Amino acid sequence: MSEQNIHWLLRKENIRKLWIGFIIILMLTVLAGFFVHQHESFGIEDSVGFFAWYGFVTCVGMVVFAKLLGFVLKRPENYYDDDTNQGLNENGVEHD
Amino acid sequence: MTELLLPPGLLLVIGALFMPFGIKVRNLLIFVLPVLCLYFIWSAPADYVVTLPFLGFELVPIKITTVGQLFATIFSLMALIGGIFAYKTASTLELSAAFAYAGSAIGVTLSGDLITLFVFWEIMAIGSTLVIWAARYEGAYRASMRYLMVHLLGGLLLMIGIAGHVVQTGSISFTPLALDSIAQYLILAGFLVNAGAPPLSAWIADAYPEASPSGSVFLSAFTTKTAVFTLLIAFPGTWLLIPIGIYMIFYGIIYALLENDMRRILAYSIVNQVGFMITGIGLGTEMALNGAAAHAFVHIIYKGLLLMSAGAVLYRTGKRSCTDLGGLFQTMPWTALLGIIGALAISSFPFTSGFVTKSMIAQTAADQNLIIVWFALAAASAGVFLHAGIKFPWFVFFQKDSGMRPAEAPRNMLVAMGVLAALCIGLGVYPEPLYAILPFAVNYEPYTAAHLVAQFQLLLFAGLAFFVMLPMMKRTLTISLDVDWFYRKLFSVTDRVGYNLLHSFNRGVTNAIQQSWQGFQSTFQASRLSKYHLASSWPTGSMVMWIGVILGGYLLMDIFFK
Repeated sequence: MSEQNIHWLLRKENIRKLWIGFIIILMLTVLAGFFVHQHESFGIEDSVGFFAWYGFVTCVGMVVFAKLLGFVLKRPENYYDDDTNQGLNENGVEHD
Repeated sequence: MTELLLPPGLLLVIGALFMPFGIKVRNLLIFVLPVLCLYFIWSAPADYVVTLPFLGFELVPIKITTVGQLFATIFSLMALIGGIFAYKTASTLELSAAFAYAGSAIGVTLSGDLITLFVFWEIMAIGSTLVIWAARYEGAYRASMRYLMVHLLGGLLLMIGIAGHVVQTGSISFTPLALDSIAQYLILAGFLVNAGAPPLSAWIADAYPEASPSGSVFLSAFTTKTAVFTLLIAFPGTWLLIPIGIYMIFYGIIYALLENDMRRILAYSIVNQVGFMITGIGLGTEMALNGAAAHAFVHIIYKGLLLMSAGAVLYRTGKRSCTDLGGLFQTMPWTALLGIIGALAISSFPFTSGFVTKSMIAQTAADQNLIIVWFALAAASAGVFLHAGIKFPWFVFFQKDSGMRPAEAPRNMLVAMGVLAALCIGLGVYPEPLYAILPFAVNYEPYTAAHLVAQFQLLLFAGLAFFVMLPMMKRTLTISLDVDWFYRKLFSVTDRVGYNLLHSFNRGVTNAIQQSWQGFQSTFQASRLSKYHLASSWPTGSMVMWIGVILGGYLLMDIFFK
């Protein structure tokens, strides 16, 4: 597919611009934190950029935790199908 | 006003039975029934009550309360808008079942006693099972049977609990219940099964994604939220609900992160969202209960919207896995846009409906100095954006180019999605109409500068985490084990071993019984009694004789076992 046929949103230079725009917005939200006071009464939430780093860190934590759990819990898509198709008919059980 | 004699929910249940009488009747009923129901709900005077004596109990089939009205309203609306989404593609079986299901859910929200509640509760289980069934393929049938088993179990717990409660207190009224004995704990457990609480959370993600594109829209709205309603009425402020709710919140996030099926991602996020509501009910203050009720209301709207956009994609492409999808925004721009609005609302993005409701719950945790709960809820808010807010639209509509160029969703689907999207934004910008119908007076202002900044930081940095961690989130062709492993795998293996054991045992016993039966028969036939042997001879005398035997038996039982 040539560059012309690709949707503008998928072109490399535009993806780069989107990233730059996103990072600018992120910085603005942190800057805005200087002008307001969080008052949830615990103290820590009023430190600058608390919600920014807390959101980031907890999300990374959740993704990593899910990934690790996945090693234990993930099974092929047809994991249950294999079994249910065999059912009671195997082992030569007769239906009378 | 017209005197209300039948519960408004019953209107939908009975109306649903007339749907098979032709397509035109059906389509008319789809529009008329919910509108009539809404009319009755709102034209009834405040605290309107209908009572009905039954077996020495005073049933209360209709009791109009503010919470009941709130839930009945959103259920009726969802039946109507779901009907608009479904009426061109869904089977009549599915629509009838969905309306009976919606009607019985409305019945629960307006019932004033535990017996009426239980009857509607069980109709819901049947209606929803039929909705899954209506997808008409083997996988859906199997899933519906697993689903039904879980709900019959929940219904059983509830029934035992209600019976015990009635014996203890003599009261059947559906009001706040004190957790005094095992009976009330069983009622609580019965409600929690339908809410998707642990350990049986898996049924939601197991059954809902197997329904038809429109079926899962109906399913997402009623069962879990009816459970939220009953918990809200019966167990507000029950401390135990806080850890259960928080567990559900994180269960939903983690499993959704592992999931590949787009509708199963959304099903897990139902558990997550109901977790927020249950935490709110556990906190139990007026603001938290308002938050739980309001969050249920808006959740039904945006979850319906999300499942509609997933349903439209499934309908157009026939694909359900993230690994097969991607790049669909190019030819389904409206479905993508409306789905993104739903995704923003579920993430509580400012100026959407989730923002003005969920924060009431977190605010209560802060007010009560429950530090751990508050930190958990804040992390969970970021996690919602991660697992549903970005993951769903990203993998379905963007991601890689799957090469598929499906047509835009049919017009009726777009209309239904458009109405819900408008509600998501409308209630976010102007929440007053919703606040006005909440159970308690609202003294909460969501739009403060501090709250806006906090929420933008939390969500946007969660978004950053998503894109930074994207390589770790590569979708795989897998499912994830859950508690349902026990009844889907372990029991089926033990079943088979057990079945074979039983079968050989059975064969031995059957042979023994057959032989002794044959012996008995030959003795019987030789005796004079043999002419009274039932089906082989027909004289009236033999019937009279056996009735005599039965009555004699009753007499003996009456004498000896009284």
